[in-house]
Amino acid sequence: MASGEALTSSGYIVHHLTNLKVGEGFWTFHLDTLLVSGIIGLIAFLGMARIARKATSGVPGAIQSFVEIVLTFIDQQVKDTYHGRSPLVTPMAVTIFIWVFLMNAMDLIPVDFLPLILGTVGVHYFKAVPTTDPNLTFAMSLTVFATMLIMGVKVKGVGGFLHEVFCVPFGAKLAPLNLLFRIIEDIAKPISLSLRLFGNMYAGEMVFILIALLGVWQLPLALPWALFHILIITLQAFVFMMLTIVYLSMASESHG
Amino acid sequence: MDINATLFGQAIWFGVFIWITMKYVWPPLQKAIADRQALIADGLAAGERGKHELELAGKRSADSLREAKAKSSEIIAAAEKRALLVIEEAKQAAKVEADKVVASAQAEIAQQVEHARAGLRDRVADLAVAGAERILKREVDAKGHAEMLAALKQEL
Repeated sequence: MASGEALTSSGYIVHHLTNLKVGEGFWTFHLDTLLVSGIIGLIAFLGMARIARKATSGVPGAIQSFVEIVLTFIDQQVKDTYHGRSPLVTPMAVTIFIWVFLMNAMDLIPVDFLPLILGTVGVHYFKAVPTTDPNLTFAMSLTVFATMLIMGVKVKGVGGFLHEVFCVPFGAKLAPLNLLFRIIEDIAKPISLSLRLFGNMYAGEMVFILIALLGVWQLPLALPWALFHILIITLQAFVFMMLTIVYLSMASESHG
Repeated sequence: MDINATLFGQAIWFGVFIWITMKYVWPPLQKAIADRQALIADGLAAGERGKHELELAGKRSADSLREAKAKSSEIIAAAEKRALLVIEEAKQAAKVEADKVVASAQAEIAQQVEHARAGLRDRVADLAVAGAERILKREVDAKGHAEMLAALKQEL
């Protein structure tokens, strides 16, 4: 439909799920993921920075009020869960929620729109939803993981951190077992964080593509799925943010 | 699912956006919100204070009104008393004056009566002498009679 080769159903699906790539082997870059996520992020965060720079403590305008409501909502979540004082946690949660929400929202653009438009200028593969790319979700979850480790060492000190790694939960005598448990626990965190988001968005996109295959019947189906998907979009962004806050609070409190 | 170098690009994007939020989005907004909260709290406190002051002023004005009323009734009472006193004094003065006038009139009357009596006494003596002259038709010792008559006059 977007190009001549994709006439079968599976061809159509594969076509829609192929990234726009440059490079070879590991040094491949998914240009669509990088560009879409980057442009969305730049618009959102530079726009918010602009609003914040002009923010007044008097009567706020409509846009400022909206941004304030969203940010204070996120800040409240952080305050409820994360009891330390860190200048990083709230901005990180804000970034995750807004960025993931907007990238997920790309899912609501009909699946053939962008490939069709870009196909006319010679771009034949384009995956419009960056969160269906595991590279993005892993990049985020690994950044969160690294922040967790750094925060843990910073709050508890190297000694405290190592003590927690080797002596919790079974005491110093079972240090190897404790280490094993800790490694499993810590590996599970970023993987579950990234695969949850990736899986939800990938499946949602897949359903949109399957609906798009139904010809005229896609019309009564695409709308309910899109409406339902709005819920998933928001929920996944919220879950990613919430789990990040929880992980960071666990990392900065003793007896994780 | 192919993991590749896109990972690094995405991590950089993520870091950049966190940095923007941490540096340029959250602190100014937080400050604006905190300032607004302070402003609202101040406004509420000022309103409360104003209300309290209004209450006090109302109480004060009621007090001074009551005081003024008491004072004015006092003044009226004093004035009435004074008026009574003045009337009383005037009455007294009038009575004194009237007594004086009456007394002087009586004195004058007494004087005039005395005067008239003296006049009459002289005339009666003359008349008596004239009468005696006519009765006696004789020379009489006018001098001796005059002495006798004077003594008689004194007896009148």
